[in-house]
Amino acid sequence: MGKRVAIVGFGQTYQRSSRKDVNGPELINEAVRTALEDAGLTIKDIDAIVIGNMDHFEGVNYVDSWSVEGSGGVMKPIFKLTTGGTTGSTVAMAGYYHVASGIFDRVLAIGWEKNSESDTTGAIVTAFNPVWERPRFGGAIAGLAVEASKYMHNYNVTERDGARVAVRERLHALNNPYSHLHQEWMKSMEIEQIVDLLVSSEENQMLAYPLRMSDMCPRTDGAAAVIFASEDIAEKIAPRPAWVVSTHNRHNYSLLGDIDWDNNDTLEGASKAVFKDAGIKEPLKEIDVCELYLPYSYAGLKWMESIGFCGPGEGPKLVWDGVTDMDGELPVNPSGGVMSSNPIGATALLRVGEGALQVMGKAKDRQVKGGDVNYAFTTGFGGCNWADVMLLGKKKPS
Amino acid sequence: MTQNSEQQELLTVNSGEAFQPFNWSVGKYGSKFLAEIRDNQRFIGIKCSKCGRVYVPPRKICGRCYVEMDEFVPVSTEGEIGVCAIIQFGFIDPSTGHQEPVPYGYAFIKLDGADTYLPYYIDSTDPEKVKVGARVKAVFEEKRSGTMLDIKHFVLID
Ligand SMILES: [Zn+2]
Repeated sequence: MGKRVAIVGFGQTYQRSSRKDVNGPELINEAVRTALEDAGLTIKDIDAIVIGNMDHFEGVNYVDSWSVEGSGGVMKPIFKLTTGGTTGSTVAMAGYYHVASGIFDRVLAIGWEKNSESDTTGAIVTAFNPVWERPRFGGAIAGLAVEASKYMHNYNVTERDGARVAVRERLHALNNPYSHLHQEWMKSMEIEQIVDLLVSSEENQMLAYPLRMSDMCPRTDGAAAVIFASEDIAEKIAPRPAWVVSTHNRHNYSLLGDIDWDNNDTLEGASKAVFKDAGIKEPLKEIDVCELYLPYSYAGLKWMESIGFCGPGEGPKLVWDGVTDMDGELPVNPSGGVMSSNPIGATALLRVGEGALQVMGKAKDRQVKGGDVNYAFTTGFGGCNWADVMLLGKKKPS
Repeated sequence: MTQNSEQQELLTVNSGEAFQPFNWSVGKYGSKFLAEIRDNQRFIGIKCSKCGRVYVPPRKICGRCYVEMDEFVPVSTEGEIGVCAIIQFGFIDPSTGHQEPVPYGYAFIKLDGADTYLPYYIDSTDPEKVKVGARVKAVFEEKRSGTMLDIKHFVLID
């Protein structure tokens, strides 16, 4: 077992549909400066950097090299990682491992993306097997639509159930100034009313049956940066750091057709491992807040079951009962989540950073439980094929 | 330059018309699978000697058991829809650079005799028919060249 590790600083940019006012390195720099400021550190204090994005999105490669002045990485060890939707959580895990190893004391993890500069779907399609899967594979939306079809079939789930998740995410986003989508019009309506409107509106375009525009995440420009520090110095930097209690990831992918579409095995496997490490037996009761990488509405139902917050088919009831709302027993995505803001390479790191803010009591208008958060549970998304999970806690792990 | 940043013109530069040639090796097992489609309009899978799972398309290693597989088995051109969607948004196929013709039905199909799903498209866009559990059958192109596109589509059967 290595050193214990805590998050001591977090920075993010304002995430918007298009940040034409900055190029990649400048966008990265915004997040890095904010994180350093948050931790009260300077770039000189940083021992190593882990950085990632989807390099085929912007059509450029070697971000580790060409963003070096923005990341602050001149003459420092830099490691680049690209793992798809999980990129942000993978850079977080790598940041954690770097510090846990005892070799580095302060490591900066960076995720970023300028989705406005690419054809996101065209690029995502290239993430899958060119020979067997690519013909007619419609990228993330199609991949998620097929998953939804099976979940709806198995449990008689309706479009209203999916819309209920979308409404939760967008209502929460109204508390987060950094979030991309701010659907102010929702404020004046009852949840049931908004749900009815979403499933019946012709303007709410059907993208891939059963997924409408409102069921999907947007394409966003933005960056995030998280600073990990070793137990020797963490509490000197941040009086109330967010400790990494446990982190795990799982892969289960050769071809998409190999997947068991009835369950999200990788998310289940990684979650179980994390809960075992932490001694958590009843996740719903023991976890105080979640920042989950839910890229589409039905994930907010099915994946709750895979994590172990409820039994198979019980996701819709959990959400309709308000359990996952801001004032519920288990608030999910107080930030507004991925469905309100999705700069892909940064998205999973935003989950980690937002989870850390909750533990540190620094989440402002989106803070839950009056700032008294023992455990924040965060995830990265790789569909059913791979998943990253990180549990953050108030108490230094034993 | 007296303009402040609010008024300043923000420029973008685009990549233009790009063409990138790629050539992907299919390997021994994959070649056998594609040749069988091209020459005989049939599908073959491969069976793991340890867990008995039949993989389509065939590949060398059973990832679960981590054993090498060598027993090819025939599988049907008919099967059942496992998961599905009707794709309605336009996007570029990166292999060809062409806009995909939408809408189209899309499904992961469990061929009779196989344990994995084959993703392909369905010749219907009716959500009442393209649904989990529906029976489908492969239709092959008349002229075949040894790619997955030799499968024209799957049609719904009773
Ligand atoms: Zn096997």
